[in-house]
Amino acid sequence: MRVTINGEAREINASSVDALLRELEYEGTHFAIALNYDVLPKSRWAETPIKNGDEIEIITPRQGG
Amino acid sequence: MLNFYGKTFSSRLLIGSALYPSPAIMQGAIRASGANIVTVSLRREAAGGKTGDAFWSLIRELDVSVLPNTAGCRSVKEAVTTAKLARELFGTPWIKLEVIADNDTLQPDVVGLVEAAGILIKDGFEVFPYCTEDLGVAMRLVDAGCKVVMPWAAPIGSAKGITNRDALKLLRDRLPDITLVVDAGLGAPSHAAHALELGYDAVLLNTAIAKAADPVAMANAFRLGVEAGRTAYEAGLMEARDFASPSTPVIGTPFWHAVS
Repeated sequence: MRVTINGEAREINASSVDALLRELEYEGTHFAIALNYDVLPKSRWAETPIKNGDEIEIITPRQGG
Repeated sequence: MLNFYGKTFSSRLLIGSALYPSPAIMQGAIRASGANIVTVSLRREAAGGKTGDAFWSLIRELDVSVLPNTAGCRSVKEAVTTAKLARELFGTPWIKLEVIADNDTLQPDVVGLVEAAGILIKDGFEVFPYCTEDLGVAMRLVDAGCKVVMPWAAPIGSAKGITNRDALKLLRDRLPDITLVVDAGLGAPSHAAHALELGYDAVLLNTAIAKAADPVAMANAFRLGVEAGRTAYEAGLMEARDFASPSTPVIGTPFWHAVS
């Protein structure tokens, strides 16, 4: 299915957020996810399905002022 | 003691974590500043989670409180969502709330700021709003529930120091119970001292330290400037006056006689 990840259109196979992170080979431990502008707590990553057209933001800590 | 939403801190300097020449210099500067609170941001991950993890481990080594920001957000919706992501990521209700109106000046969108602050406070956040020196805006932020207000001295990264002293002084006088922080625009330790002399509770610095030739030494200089300014404020500065007043006693001046 086709989704937008961090502003980029992507074709993916994963059907849950957990599976998506594995598919994208995310190895880090500190990130947060917004699904269609709503924050998705880590406790719900496994159970949350991804649908065609979803917008997913994967966010990590970074330097800031 | 500096008080942010019921938590107290000994250092009156908040420091940013961006723009340093290297991670080691960032850590050295943060340590030299004596700051208890470090601002951080959050960005899209591009390297499979490794970039964020590497930065986060550097910050955790410092044993400081983190204040996440919403830098770069240009709408209420973006700022609110970013704040919620920050709460999830950093496990803190604190948010340095920035809603930006203009790319060239990074002037805050004060209308959006007040709206976003109200939404976040109702959701349990403890908001540190980056705003202008306008009293009306500051009062609206306080009405929304902000216990901290952070006016700029000058545009972010401009190093101009306090450009509107009277308005900042007015904020201090009219909001005696609010923790006031000068955020943005300071360039020299004397600027930081000036803010503390005006009665500001703290300053937030990043570029002036990170872009110095020697950021670690400059962090120490700012630490001293902040301490000097606060000590002077507590000592009670004399009022400025328009005419000279001799410091040496006049009575007993040799050859003195009254002129008719």
